[in-house]
Order: sequence, then structure tokens, then C-alpha cells
Amino acid sequence: MRVMTTLSLAMWRGFVREKMALFFIILFPLMFLFLFGGLLSDPTQSRSTLVQVGEVQLLDRLPPESEEAFTDAFEVEHTTDLAAAVQQVRKGDADAALQQDGDELLLHFSQADQVTAATVRGTIFSFVQGANVAATDEPPAYSLTMQQVEDESLEPIQYLTPGLLGWAIAMSATFGAALTLVEWRRSKLLRRLRLAPVPTGSLVSARILVTLGIALLQLVVFVGLAMAVFGLQLTGSWWMAIPLVASGTLAFMAIGLLAGSVSKTSEGASGLANIVILPMAFLSGSFIPLDAAPEWLRSVSTIFPLRYLNEGMLDVMVRGQVASAALLPIAVLLGFALVVGAVATRVFRWEAD
Amino acid sequence: MGEHVIEVNDLCKRYGNLRAVDGVSFEVQQGEFFGILGPNGAGKTTTLEIIEGLRESDGGSVQLLGQPPWPRNQSLLPRIGVQLQATAFFERLTAREQIHTFAALYDVPAAAGDALLERVGLTEHAGTRTEKLSGGQKQRLSIACTLVHEPEVVFLDEPTAALDPQARRNLWDLLSTLNDSGRTVVLTTHYMDEAESLCDRVAIMDHGRLLALDTPAVLVRDLGAATQIGVAADGLDTADFAAIGGVEQMRHNGDTMVLSTREPARVLSALAERDALADVHVRGADLEDVFLHLTGREYRA
Repeated sequence: MRVMTTLSLAMWRGFVREKMALFFIILFPLMFLFLFGGLLSDPTQSRSTLVQVGEVQLLDRLPPESEEAFTDAFEVEHTTDLAAAVQQVRKGDADAALQQDGDELLLHFSQADQVTAATVRGTIFSFVQGANVAATDEPPAYSLTMQQVEDESLEPIQYLTPGLLGWAIAMSATFGAALTLVEWRRSKLLRRLRLAPVPTGSLVSARILVTLGIALLQLVVFVGLAMAVFGLQLTGSWWMAIPLVASGTLAFMAIGLLAGSVSKTSEGASGLANIVILPMAFLSGSFIPLDAAPEWLRSVSTIFPLRYLNEGMLDVMVRGQVASAALLPIAVLLGFALVVGAVATRVFRWEAD
Repeated sequence: MGEHVIEVNDLCKRYGNLRAVDGVSFEVQQGEFFGILGPNGAGKTTTLEIIEGLRESDGGSVQLLGQPPWPRNQSLLPRIGVQLQATAFFERLTAREQIHTFAALYDVPAAAGDALLERVGLTEHAGTRTEKLSGGQKQRLSIACTLVHEPEVVFLDEPTAALDPQARRNLWDLLSTLNDSGRTVVLTTHYMDEAESLCDRVAIMDHGRLLALDTPAVLVRDLGAATQIGVAADGLDTADFAAIGGVEQMRHNGDTMVLSTREPARVLSALAERDALADVHVRGADLEDVFLHLTGREYRA
């Protein structure tokens, strides 16, 4: 026990005194959080620009309740020059131009940005329909109420935090294990420990303990800052993120152990870890949500442990799933750790030659 | 346990076609300072690593403290101390933290570590990170970490290899005290002078084979080599030098006349009578001459 505590303390000190590692493991992923969080939460991004050409009764005589909804969706500019307005739309300076000719409304839009075009068309159409119904003076035949399934405050930060946290944990566990192994073998510290009455189990346990500590530190810093700065709101079973992070850490330690076992130099080990982790982070939805990804990509992503960590954390931290939703991802991660860990043990070498 | 701390019998180790260790046998007694001397690639380190239990031999037997060291023998490990060629430390720990860590790994009190820091003269650098220590200081710390659990046998693999001459001699002072309390020390080195000044007995190795084994003094004496006496060449005429009794050979070496003799006392007193001792220097045979004699080639570390 004293041996394991001593080794853990020595490793922990070695970690917190390495400024570069602290930067890469804590600050670097946080920079992404601030970058993406800042970019995507810009509220003016969701409003479209509409150019009103001359008089348009639909817009000028909106009932008060519709007017509020309209200004939420559109920023309106006024002009009398139709040609100039169409030119603006063509160049992308405005999203659409609207003119009225008698009872007919004419909407000019550009297909260059298909999503915006569809939104503008749909929104204007619904206002026209609303005005038509109002003009008949009869109650509408159907009414529609909309209810979002997630927490109402589902902002980009809700998706970003678990994904980026998953990436940060994958990085630190993999690189930590791989580089420590290669460096200790190179400096002969591994040999020195083999010549001391140190059980291999204590050495491995100490490394696991320290890596888990680092991962939990990442969890606290990440979630804490996302809540304080960007208003991240956690859902009921968020605490299941702790066993998720722990089992994810074990899975990525196993990858790092394998990379460190087959590499001779630190450069080789970090290169190998990068080749594995970076594509995995992209394909597992750490940077971009997988919901928008094509079907084949989503199928491919099921082979990556990071996907299970990300999805598991999304489920319990922001999607409001019950605690048991995390059990399957945890089982997959632990199974992965076991299999890769067993392979790493087979190729593990104490000595460089 | 017998009287021998280490017994090596017909040890062999092969790497492909290379016979790294080729039929080496020797014993080391308790309290002895034992040296394994030879140029790089002679098989010293491989021999040491097999005795320590780091490698398995291909043939022959090794007994360390009466037990086989291979495979990893947990009951032997607390009784031996190994100092490695590279200084193997935990990253970014201070000197004190390093030795306290090693003390804990061997389950001895931290105070033992502090006492050793004092003994190797590192107390004032106790708060310095190991990366910032000089080569000599690192080596002292490494030796302190090796001794922290008071091992019965200490292995030192080329402890002075990377040091400058000054630091090397400073370290000798420390190393020469290691077997004071009956501890056995085994040292490998490729420095002849180091083996000569530190070791009770020296094993000379080359190409994996053990060429000679004895005390440095006996090894040199058995060589029966002549003593070289040099004096200023203008002290006497050449004919007068030749007339001195006991001189076997003489040659000019610049301004110096070098006389070879097996009777240095007789030659020196004859030179003194003739008042011809200006710039005198006397050089006896040393282990380099022994190596030259054994291998027929100049010693190249």
C-alpha cells in the first residue's frame, strides 16, 4: 500500500510540474470549448435579413402577437428600388426580398444557402397563411402546439461540453500512458523499479489512480467552466458521467499502453497516439454532432470507444436520460479496456532492446 | 549461504552470432570491492545484468547470496542495490523527494534518505530538481538511492563514465567508503586507474572472455615488466648512461633519456651519485601494460 501511494504521489508531482502537459490536457481542450462555445452561441446568427421593397401590407399591418414572432425571425430593411434589393439577395448581403403587387406577394430568394432559403420560404409562407386565415374571420380548423423533447435551454454548449470533454480525456489518458511508459523505459527508471521489490500490480494501480485523478480534474474544470461561462445546464443523471469518465479513462489508458509498448521513442509514441485519437475524435462526434453525419459515418463510428463515451455523456448530462442509459456504454468501454489491455500486456517490454 | 556472496560458473550469453559472455567463472567474497574491467563491448555489463537478475543466461550458473537471481527473485531484491549506467529518476522531483520515494519503495524510514543525502554531500541541493543537478551530483544522488535500504551487495555499472576527471576523482572518495561496513561491491569500469585505485580484485574481460583475475598489484607484478626511469638527457654523456649497472635498455625521448630496468633502486642511486637526477620521473607498469600483455593490443576504452 505504501509502495502504491508513494508511486502515485511521485507520478502526480511529475504531472502537475510539467507545464506543457497541463496546457495540452486542460487548457488546450478548454480553448476549443471557448472558441466553439463563443462562435455558436452568437444570437444574431439565427435571424435572417429581409428586404422589404415599397409597401407590403402583410408586414406593415401585422397583429401585435405576430409582429413579435416576426422580428424574432427577421431583420427588416426598407427600400423602394427592386433591382437593388434583388442584387443584394444575389450577393448574399440579404437573405430574401419581399414585394407586394396588388394581392400577390413576391419573394425573391437565393438558393446559394439552401438551409436559409428553406427557412425564409417556410417562415414567410406561414405568415401569409396566418394572414389568410385571419382574413376569413373564422377560427382555424387545426391548431398546432410545439414541444421540444430536450431541456428547453438546449444550446450548442450542451452538445459541445460532453464531446470536447470526451476528446480531452481520450488525449490525456492515451498520451499519459504512452509517454510515461516510453520515457521510463528510456531513462531506465522502469529497470530500476524492476530491481526494487515493487510488485507490478502496485505500479499499474498507481498509474491508473493518477490517470483517473487527472480525468476527474478535467471533468470538474470542464463542466464547471461550461456552467459558469456558457450556462451549461446538467440534467438529472449527470453523476453517471463519473463512472463513464472512469471507464473511458481505462479504455484509453489501454490504447496508450499499447502505443507505448510498440514504440521506441517519445516521438513515435505520441505520433502513434495522435494517429489513433485525432481521427477518432472527429468520427466520434467530439467536434461535430453525429446526428448530422451521414449514415455510413455513424455506422463506422460504432467501432470507436470514444463514441460510446461521448454518447453516454450526452445522454446523462444533457439529454435527460435515466441513469441506466449509461450502463451499456460503460460495459462497452470496460470490455474494450480489457481486450486492448490484454494485448498490450502481451507486447509489453521492460527493456528497450 | 557459503562464504561467497557471488558465484559465477561458466557463464555464457549469446546475441545472435555474438558471444557477449563466453565461459566466465569467478567468485566474489563478502566485503570485497570487486572490479570487472574491460573496453566497451567486452561483456562487462551483460555479465553484471545476468548476476543482477535482469537477463537470463544461455548457459552456466549464477548464485547471488546463495540463490539464483533469475527469474526475478523478490526475496533477493531488498538485499541488493543496483546503480544503473543511466541515472534513472522520477521526472521533476527534487533530490529529497527522489530519495524519499526510493526509501518508501524499500519500506525504510524517510530519515534514512536524509542521512544518505548528507553522506553524499547533497544536503544543500536537497530542494533542487534532479534535472537541474550536475552530472556528478546526479551520480551521487543515484548512489544514495542505491544505498537507502542498506543492501548487502551493491552493483555499480560504470559509475563515472560520463563525468569529467575532477568529478570522477571526487566520486572515487565516496565509492572507496562503500564496502567499509562489510558490504560487498561489484563495479564495472573501462578506466584502468579507477579499477586500480578502488578494487581489491580485478577481473579483466575482453570479447566476452575473462582474461585474468587477481589484485591489481599481483596482476602488475606477474607481468615482470621493467620500470622506466626518465632523466634530463644532458645530465650525462650517452656512454656514461650506458655504463650504469642494471640498465637493460635506453632510448632518447626528446630532451629525456629513458632507462629501462628491473633494479630501479640500483639505477636511481647510481644516477644520484653522478648528480644526474634532473627532471627525474619513474613509471612502473600498470594495468594498461597488463591489458597490452594479455591481448597484444593497446588499451582503448
